[in-house]
Amino acid sequence: MPTFVRTEKCDGCKGQDKTACMYICPHDLMKLDKDGSETGHAMRAFNQEPEQCWECYSCVKICPQGAIEARHYADIVPLGGSVQPLRGSDSIMWTIKFRNGTIKRFKFPIRTTPEGSIDPFGGKPMPKVADLTAPGVFTKDVMGGYRAGDAAELIRK
Amino acid sequence: MAGTFDNPEIVQEEVDILLIGGGMACCGAGFEMMRWAEAVKAETGKDLKIKLVDKAAMDRSGAVAQGLSAINTYIGPRQDPADYARMVSNDLMGITRDDLAYDLGRNVDDSVHLFEEWGLPIWKTDADGVRHDGAESIREGLPALKDGGEPVRSGKWQIMINGESYKWIVAEAAKKALGLDRIQERVFIVHLINDKNDPKRIAGAAGFSVRENKIYIYKAKAILLAAGGCVNLFRPRSVGEGTGRAWYPVWNAGSTYSMAAEAGAELTMMENRFVPARFKDGYGPVGAWFLLFKAKATNAYGEDYMVKNKEMLNDYPPYGQAAVPASCLRNHLMLKEMKEGRGPIYMDTVTALAKLRETLTPKEVKHLEAEAWEDFLDMCVGQCGIWVGENIEPEKKPSELMPTEPYLLGSHSGCCGIWVSGPTDVGAPSASDEELPGVPDHLPRGWNWGYRSMTTVKGLFTAGDGVGASGHKFSSGSHTEGRLAAKAMVRFALDNADYKPEFDESADEIAATIWKPVKNFLEFKDYSTAIDVNPNYITPKMLQFRLQKIMDEYVAGVATYYNTNDKMLAVAEEKLEMLKEDSQKMRAKDLHELLRAWENYHRILTAEAHMKHIQFREESRYPGFYYRTDKNFVDEQNWHCFVNSIYDKKSRKWTCFKRKHVDLVDKSKLFKAAAH
Repeated sequence: MPTFVRTEKCDGCKGQDKTACMYICPHDLMKLDKDGSETGHAMRAFNQEPEQCWECYSCVKICPQGAIEARHYADIVPLGGSVQPLRGSDSIMWTIKFRNGTIKRFKFPIRTTPEGSIDPFGGKPMPKVADLTAPGVFTKDVMGGYRAGDAAELIRK
Repeated sequence: MAGTFDNPEIVQEEVDILLIGGGMACCGAGFEMMRWAEAVKAETGKDLKIKLVDKAAMDRSGAVAQGLSAINTYIGPRQDPADYARMVSNDLMGITRDDLAYDLGRNVDDSVHLFEEWGLPIWKTDADGVRHDGAESIREGLPALKDGGEPVRSGKWQIMINGESYKWIVAEAAKKALGLDRIQERVFIVHLINDKNDPKRIAGAAGFSVRENKIYIYKAKAILLAAGGCVNLFRPRSVGEGTGRAWYPVWNAGSTYSMAAEAGAELTMMENRFVPARFKDGYGPVGAWFLLFKAKATNAYGEDYMVKNKEMLNDYPPYGQAAVPASCLRNHLMLKEMKEGRGPIYMDTVTALAKLRETLTPKEVKHLEAEAWEDFLDMCVGQCGIWVGENIEPEKKPSELMPTEPYLLGSHSGCCGIWVSGPTDVGAPSASDEELPGVPDHLPRGWNWGYRSMTTVKGLFTAGDGVGASGHKFSSGSHTEGRLAAKAMVRFALDNADYKPEFDESADEIAATIWKPVKNFLEFKDYSTAIDVNPNYITPKMLQFRLQKIMDEYVAGVATYYNTNDKMLAVAEEKLEMLKEDSQKMRAKDLHELLRAWENYHRILTAEAHMKHIQFREESRYPGFYYRTDKNFVDEQNWHCFVNSIYDKKSRKWTCFKRKHVDLVDKSKLFKAAAH
């Protein structure tokens, strides 16, 4: 199911050198057609290799104009359905439209902390270089996740 | 000077440690490494130079880019790392490294607890046994996992999450730890470089920008190569627009295995593959349906093939006799139904949901429906696309299941990858222990040679899909493996502080190699009037089709119901040899196509390793994943061992050999008594 870009909604990310969809696509599929020579639509992005699209929706979710949607793969799926998200800072809303017109809506949490708020080493121990040879990661004593295991299970030790 | 398409700029940089990839493993490595680097700076004043290079954007790169609906490896306080190592072993038909699985098992929950702290919503069960999503459980005041919170188990090792932003969150922590100056995105590393004075040592890596006409060449003392598994080396079931809807991410191109092999690293278990049985065409996950919603899979006539065909499990003692039979054997029982004409196979979602509704309130039913959809929406939106197009509401209509095309990976239910140095404190074989004959002299004996996660090439480390002979680490385990490797790499960099990397090839030679597909294009593009049809070059796309055709038809793809034999492998060997020769004639008309060209070169080498290993292992170790019809049995006497290999980049030849398998935990606890 390749993604596609709605001509009247895409603004080419206002003439910046790279668009949000180009920035995010894990497979380098989104491309800005600056002069319209590739698509007939100048300053619009497009999916340059639709048969390589994993439909991961990264571009759909990040597009600031909501200009990107997916048309489910033409070689498999009957036409008429759609699955469209609206991703916020702490949740995502999905609108799901069936070929027969049935509509469902779902909302799911995506994050319990504000975006950008992670302090990776805040409150974490500063290890000693001498501990580089000791087993385990540097947060072993504070995260409560180290499972020492029953020594008797190791039959060759 | 600014580079042009016919004359790219060459950027050279020297670092202490280079991280290749931006997925879970490299995010874990970046996080762990920077704290140790701070400690080094604080104690010694030494500033380690560290750089991470990702071919995509870290927020959405790697296998977790889309998100996930579960974390599949969480041990919890009531299970032992030894239990985990046993499960990994049995699912992979007995041939795994207990040292690696055990070490991962004892450390993995640390990463999961960090994910929750960073903001990943994790489902919880309250005192009444009611489950709450990750946000609600906070509002309800349920404790974090770290403080004794009860996760919602969808299986013995799996916990449910609201994971749409899983990668975004993990990447934020890694990016903050590293700082943006240490991160280079949109540069695809395609080639590792050995040391001039020591061919068994790594000295650097090189690649190119997919945005600018620039070649990047890095010198490094230590390199973490964690660039994922391999997808689309076999012809996929969908060959039109649906080609991209692979089960594993389509951007995983075997770069980890091929670059390591060319650098001289010993690979292990490259015969192993994963053929997931998934919702047909969309490849939606089945785990929650089986384990959380208690659905059954049946043939077209409603028969539960796992019950009907259970005697077939006795053909493969002891692996068929564990409480949970190996994944490949579950496929084996399904394939019998398909081959004998009782398909399609269905996931009976209707009965499962009806049963659950019997005991639920209307509010809980609504919640259940949302959970079922979220399972796909979090990690496989494409499956929802199929459902809406075909008007499938799971409570009203069952869905087809289908085994997919084969995938190569080391982090999911697969164990191909690179042979690495393991932990020293779990009883692993040492250099003085007996080894099987045939291991080349220059390779280490024993399962530890100084630095955790180091390959047999000095200074080259790996994690995640790269670490072979383990498996079932998934997202959390890959992150953990990156952390374990990072710590060892810092130590390696300190121990080798005086080492100055020197390349065994010049910068110009490296650049010429990388840019060859562009040169092929520019030299010959005007020979014919049609840009894609030209006797002087081949497009990466057509080369990929050729690879997929060979693998599908001769190396046990879907075309032959996963069957191959010695004769078919011999044909494949010859065809792959010519394909590898022709890869030198790939063209790239732009940077995007140069990306595809190199991905496909990596796929070819990975495919060749897979084929050679299947050829060498004269048995069918993974029934349901592949069958060698000329050796259609599991031969514990002769083949309860690792198959490893090395590649010679000069002669371009593979050498396969056996390594002795040793149990570090008692496996007999897994099995019921054999039925015959």
